[in-house]
Amino acid sequence: MAQDKEKTIKPEEKNEPAPKTANKRRTLIKALAGIPVLGLFAYKLAAKTRYDLEKKNRVLKELDLQNIEAPVILPSSGAKGKLLRIGIIGFGVRAVAHANGLGYIHPNDVEKRKKNDTLEDWLAQEDLNVAITGICDVFDLHAENGLATARNPVRAGGAKTPDIPVERYRTYQEMLDDKNIDAVMIATPDHHHAPISVAAARVGKHVYCEKSIALNEEELNDAYVAVKNSGIVFQLGHQITQSVIFKQTKDIIKKDILGKITLVETTTNRNSADGAWIRHLDANGNPKPGDEKSIDWPQWLGSTPVVPFTTNRYYNWQKFFAYETGMIGQLFTHEFDAVNQLLRIGIPKAVVSSGGIYYWKDDRDMPDTLHCVFEYPDRDMTLLYSATLANSRSRGRVFMGREAFMEMGSSISITADAESIRYKKQIEAGLIDQSGPMVSFNPTLGKIDAVSSATEKYFAARGLTTTTINGRAIDVTHLHIKEWIDCIRKGGTPSANIERAFEEGIACLMAHRSYLEHRRIEWDPVNKKIV
Amino acid sequence: MKETKTFTTPQLTTLVVLRFLIGWHLLYEGFSKVLIPNWSSLEVLQESKWILAGFARYILAHDNLLNVVDFLNTWGLIAIGLGLIFGLFTRLASISGALLLLLYYLNNPPFIGLEYLVPTEGNYLVVSKTLIESVALVVLAVFPTSSIFGLDIFIEKYKNLRNNRKE
Repeated sequence: MAQDKEKTIKPEEKNEPAPKTANKRRTLIKALAGIPVLGLFAYKLAAKTRYDLEKKNRVLKELDLQNIEAPVILPSSGAKGKLLRIGIIGFGVRAVAHANGLGYIHPNDVEKRKKNDTLEDWLAQEDLNVAITGICDVFDLHAENGLATARNPVRAGGAKTPDIPVERYRTYQEMLDDKNIDAVMIATPDHHHAPISVAAARVGKHVYCEKSIALNEEELNDAYVAVKNSGIVFQLGHQITQSVIFKQTKDIIKKDILGKITLVETTTNRNSADGAWIRHLDANGNPKPGDEKSIDWPQWLGSTPVVPFTTNRYYNWQKFFAYETGMIGQLFTHEFDAVNQLLRIGIPKAVVSSGGIYYWKDDRDMPDTLHCVFEYPDRDMTLLYSATLANSRSRGRVFMGREAFMEMGSSISITADAESIRYKKQIEAGLIDQSGPMVSFNPTLGKIDAVSSATEKYFAARGLTTTTINGRAIDVTHLHIKEWIDCIRKGGTPSANIERAFEEGIACLMAHRSYLEHRRIEWDPVNKKIV
Repeated sequence: MKETKTFTTPQLTTLVVLRFLIGWHLLYEGFSKVLIPNWSSLEVLQESKWILAGFARYILAHDNLLNVVDFLNTWGLIAIGLGLIFGLFTRLASISGALLLLLYYLNNPPFIGLEYLVPTEGNYLVVSKTLIESVALVVLAVFPTSSIFGLDIFIEKYKNLRNNRKE
């Protein structure tokens, strides 16, 4: 170490006279020592950026997907035109989403949205030029919520609440008889969907109906015929097609990136009391409001068997087959719609279902574990639905092709198959990394989602809540309602029209019957009957 | 009294090289956040454990605050990286870099019992590379080289000039 020259900083010394210019130059060079390092860094950074971009573009080019990230422009709705007067039948949880989609909000929800940071996005939602002029609910509390929502001056899209009266109707028949209602939105328990849709279609009122459309074949046929003969615009409540992701997925399917698809796996993975439709207690464990005085129970029951009123039955009706078809009707309908909108699979040739009540052993009819297999021999394809309410491991929604598989939820990812023939060369060349997705789109990346409960998260992960367009979260239900309203104003057929609703209705009824009857159920396409 | 620091050539060389390397790393960490579309500290904050978990949750609950954190993170890293490479305001850059890295470390420290969804690239028990890099920056702050190799030469000269005038 002794021979090491000693470097000293003694500022005083630096002002020493002897060889002044050489010293100065040396000091300058030392001062700028960082420049070559930064130069090298800049060179490497540029090279890295170029490499990443080229690699991405090469993969996208290879797959013919260059335009997939093109910005989405939403066509403006026909907000001008005539004010559309809407009646809402059933003002529970789902109707709140409908009202929000229409641009109306309950005063209490303004505060809620402020807290979870979703108010701004909602206020930016486009005005659809509609008025909620009628509310019909058998429960006074819900009806009052509906009226308060329809009258609230806080509106999305800077709209003004129209200065026309909002009426409460005691029965849906009264609402349908009113000439001052142009269209109705049905968000009642499922056993009312078909009868109300039929009655509305017969008097020429447009219908937006929540799934499921019908509980048996007869109801489904009635609804189909009534809508077909009426000329009304019918939309079933399957908002998933409105997600940006969905439009990209359509492109992926059209370009045959997955190869021959022989298996589509759809799932439900929930593990909470709320997710299993136990919802009659509030956060403190007390029964939620409502009794026979405030609820018109006979009207709620409709044509179903007469049973005494309980808060359990009123709030947890999904558990009972008298009012719906279990997870098939509540959740699989969305899965079927997603697959049907993409692949146009239609009605299956046969369905086999199996399952049971293995965990939530209460008074339910609904199985908490369920598997349904839908056969499409003409399409060389099977659609699988695997559902559990007692484990929340996310299993996604997967389209399995010979060359790659695609997972689709609130984002899309496509992964090449290890045994792919088409992508073999690219995998070998390192262009396609087979261990992870070769292409993925996540428009919500870096955006905080405001969903809080496990059930909400489930729906969000399946692309059923919001979609991100140009950095803004847009409610897909709003887009779905907008499509319906645009069709009412300008003509055209919405995506979840009566044909799709019929196909879905039949597929679901086949699955439900298979579960009930413990046998393979077939579709007779000639006589259009389930056998 | 003026402080006088003396380094041997190997000492000076290794210290300057260490400064360049850490500067390079932090500069690229910053730039990569600029280059990744929609990058956000969201996922890292969601993984936050131990004493800063509450703070992370608070940030996550406020969209605007998250944007501020993202901005400070990205441009803070770039500024620190440039400071270390250029040898400009190096003491400030080293100390802020050390604190920032310590913050990262404390967000997900590899302590027994704290488990993370995102796997690490190595195996750590209490000590991680982030902690080491943080301490290395403290070393650079304690053994400053920027007034020998770096733009701080000029800062120093300016300070001396001003001091001389006062005297």
